[in-house]
Amino acid sequence: MVAPVAVAVAATTALATPSSLTCALVPSWQGLRGSLGPARSLQWPKKQQRQCRRKAGGTSVTAQFELKPPPYPLDALEPHMSKETLEYHWGKHHRGYVDNLNKLTAGTELDELSLEDIILATYNKGDLLPPFNHAAQIWNHDFFWESMKPGGGGKPSGELLELINRDFGSFERFVEELRSAAATQFGSGWAWLAYKANRLDVGNAVNPKPSDEDKRLVVVKSPNAVNPLIWDYSPLLTIDVWEHAYYLDFQNRRADYISIFLEKLVSWEAVSSRLEIAKARAAEREEEEERKKREEEEKTSDGEVEEIYVDKKSDDSETE
Amino acid sequence: MALRALVARKSLGLGFQSEAKILAVGSAAHSRGFQTFSLPDLPYDYGALEPAISGEIMQLHHQKHHQTYVTNYNKALEQLHDAIAKGDAAAVVKLQSAIKFNGGGHVNHSIFWKNLTPVSHGGGEPPHGSLGWAIDTNFGSMEALVQKINAEGAALQGSGWVWLALDKELKKLVVETTANQDPLVTKGPTLVPLLGIDVWEHAYYLQYKNVRPEYLKNIWKVINWKYASEVYEKESP
Repeated sequence: MVAPVAVAVAATTALATPSSLTCALVPSWQGLRGSLGPARSLQWPKKQQRQCRRKAGGTSVTAQFELKPPPYPLDALEPHMSKETLEYHWGKHHRGYVDNLNKLTAGTELDELSLEDIILATYNKGDLLPPFNHAAQIWNHDFFWESMKPGGGGKPSGELLELINRDFGSFERFVEELRSAAATQFGSGWAWLAYKANRLDVGNAVNPKPSDEDKRLVVVKSPNAVNPLIWDYSPLLTIDVWEHAYYLDFQNRRADYISIFLEKLVSWEAVSSRLEIAKARAAEREEEEERKKREEEEKTSDGEVEEIYVDKKSDDSETE
Repeated sequence: MALRALVARKSLGLGFQSEAKILAVGSAAHSRGFQTFSLPDLPYDYGALEPAISGEIMQLHHQKHHQTYVTNYNKALEQLHDAIAKGDAAAVVKLQSAIKFNGGGHVNHSIFWKNLTPVSHGGGEPPHGSLGWAIDTNFGSMEALVQKINAEGAALQGSGWVWLALDKELKKLVVETTANQDPLVTKGPTLVPLLGIDVWEHAYYLQYKNVRPEYLKNIWKVINWKYASEVYEKESP
């Protein structure tokens, strides 16, 4: 499931999404010096992680994203999702996003960022910059293909099922919620199951008392290219509800497409392994924050207050 | 307030003749005191716009998509009616998104059908009268306008519409886009739609697949400029 190219970097580090990962997120999650928060950093470190899925052009600076194929042949989801749909959806739409992003980022400072970092940077607090749609759509489609498998469907098991029962009441109620989110996304967009482990994070404020309540499964929908990474959630599963995802097979019957997706296509194994990694990521981030806090305190007692606070705005009030 | 006024106006059954033209108000008075909307007929056969737009697309677009907007609009209005009757302010507000989406879908498609006409009925024939002059004045030429609309329509992310509008206040023509089913009026109360082109994928996917620019290129062959001219002449001071 894990993209082979990402493995080297991915080993112990928390990744947003194991299987769809195009590029490891190592640095941005790993307490970059001067960053405000793991996923929120807008200070993009360069050259730390570019290689992953980009065509390695030797030592060339111009890195390009590649179109990653689904982890199954294009006819493998028939009769539930036709080969023709995959040929257009992956071969044309997905490819178009890759080509356009490469065009837009070539020679810019985005050129050296990972896909995830481009998404976060160009989301630009909701005032989207042009590369955003293409970057996020590449990520979303990679993630979507890997949310499905031939012979999918059925019910999840293990910890995933336990959390679903805990957070939605039952598997059936979860399905209803996801179905409803997918059906009521007005226009093009996506419906998601995500793991929400983030703390209250408003501006420079950090929730000083994260509770287990913060860590739960949520169903969300998003318009057009937007995905839950921009809210700092860990996506676990997605349904593409752009019309191009289902129009050739289902025409206007989006509800039928959603049912077939849930009954015949969804890969609960992929969702389970994403959950595992999302939890590991959350734990790692907490540890990291703890560690930073301790360091802060130690440094404070050493009387280095002034220098440290230059780029540690967020902790001013707490440490004093 | 506006919605309340709308419901109230419908409930009085006023302006039926003129409203029916634009919004196809249902003729059956609702037992609960307001009228529902119904799907307007197409002024041409489903296959009449071929080869620019296939009959299959037109049929699904009209019978399924537009019908669903009408159905859900009526549903939302009924819920609104109840919410207002109960004085449930939160419920009234909660209904706004469904009303905007489904009501917008109904309004937009009702205009769209009239923006199209078969070649045999003058489809694609450019406007000669005052609208033609206005287009030249505002955009340089018809070709420049077409290019601008095609570019903005192709660039629109996700689902939406691209419009040629008359801004009644500024007394000029403008090109606007709206997301999803937002009607043109959401871009400004003084805007009058002369021409709206649906760039939802359902409007072209069965025939043009991912190539939206090709759809936009071909739709000009069946644009009803006569209708746009009539609206323009009526609305221009």
